[in-house]
Amino acid sequence: MKYSYYPGCTLRTKAKALDVYARESARLLGFELEEIENWQCCGGVYPLGNDEIATKLSSVRALNEAKEKGQELVTLCSACHHVIKRVNDDMRNVEDIRQRANNYMQLSEPYAGETNVLHYLEVLRDRVGFEAIKEKVVNPLKGKKIGAYYGCLLLRPGRIMAFDNPENPTIMEEFIRAIGAEPVIYPYRNECCGGYISLKEKELACSMCEKIMDSAAGFGADLLITACPLCLYNLNAGGNGRLPVVYFTELLAEALGVKKEAGNQ
Amino acid sequence: MNREKKQAELITEISGVNPLKCMKCGKCSASCPSFEEMDIKPHQFVSYVANENIEALVNSKSLWKCLSCFACVERCPRDVKPGKLIDAARQLVIRQRGQEYLSPDEIPALLDPELPQQLLVSAFRRYRR
Repeated sequence: MKYSYYPGCTLRTKAKALDVYARESARLLGFELEEIENWQCCGGVYPLGNDEIATKLSSVRALNEAKEKGQELVTLCSACHHVIKRVNDDMRNVEDIRQRANNYMQLSEPYAGETNVLHYLEVLRDRVGFEAIKEKVVNPLKGKKIGAYYGCLLLRPGRIMAFDNPENPTIMEEFIRAIGAEPVIYPYRNECCGGYISLKEKELACSMCEKIMDSAAGFGADLLITACPLCLYNLNAGGNGRLPVVYFTELLAEALGVKKEAGNQ
Repeated sequence: MNREKKQAELITEISGVNPLKCMKCGKCSASCPSFEEMDIKPHQFVSYVANENIEALVNSKSLWKCLSCFACVERCPRDVKPGKLIDAARQLVIRQRGQEYLSPDEIPALLDPELPQQLLVSAFRRYRR
């Protein structure tokens, strides 16, 4: 199975690990991530103003590219996923935005939200299946107690993201079970890490990250997993270092026995 | 039409939020991770717009404390979307010349080797035009 793939700016720079482990694991699991050509940065945060059009166009370009190839569009970074999924919802359901964006784009055929956007975790759950992944695990992470850190962007607003139950998600815990480890459910797993506030107000982000770390450690987690480079940065920089934080794809590659191959890339 | 009335209309237009739908249950403020940092709380934002009390709103430090985590949007039983309202007020400020909250000149001092590009683009988008 071949998917269009949107890596995003940080996966080419500071978050290379998130990307390489995902690609290598995909190969083993039998699907291919075909990077869309000339993708542009999504902007990191979804432009909330109803009159924001130009700031949404990089997402529309990526979405349309996938549409032209007849492929679903896979994302990996939580922020890219959030932005592209919400812009797609606008293009599908908000006539004013659809019309004005298409006026800018001048495509041979207007884009109206036809592409299906999937986060990599959704590919694992809904296309590959966690049972099938379990069968391919050669190095189960037995005895590891892992806390899933969801953060905000994958889950909310639930009506649009349609990723999982926004208050009581299970997808990352199912993932943790599939790779042979034990999920730790803790209260702060879908609380905000502070996001972009850590640029100018480190202490505020720190206080949030400390609560998350303490909550996860208190419930017995040995480490945290995330899909978001900014969550990883904030938790590591401000989270009092109680727990290591890694990308979920790194553990996937480890369990599938392809971590070394990915590391050589 | 006075200036604040115009600004209130602009905020409703940009956000698409109807502040009159709010039933003041306070769930948004109860959910907000920045609640303690805010001088005007999320549930109060709605009344400030409804009452056209915009000067206070655009000068509030709350504009720069919102994390766009969408907890308020998710939990609002009336679908009022306080987070979108706060963003519209922020837009009103940063769309004016010289009113941005982040300048490129500040960046070098804020960088560290681990800082992800995502943080810079996100902050630039929320804090300036």
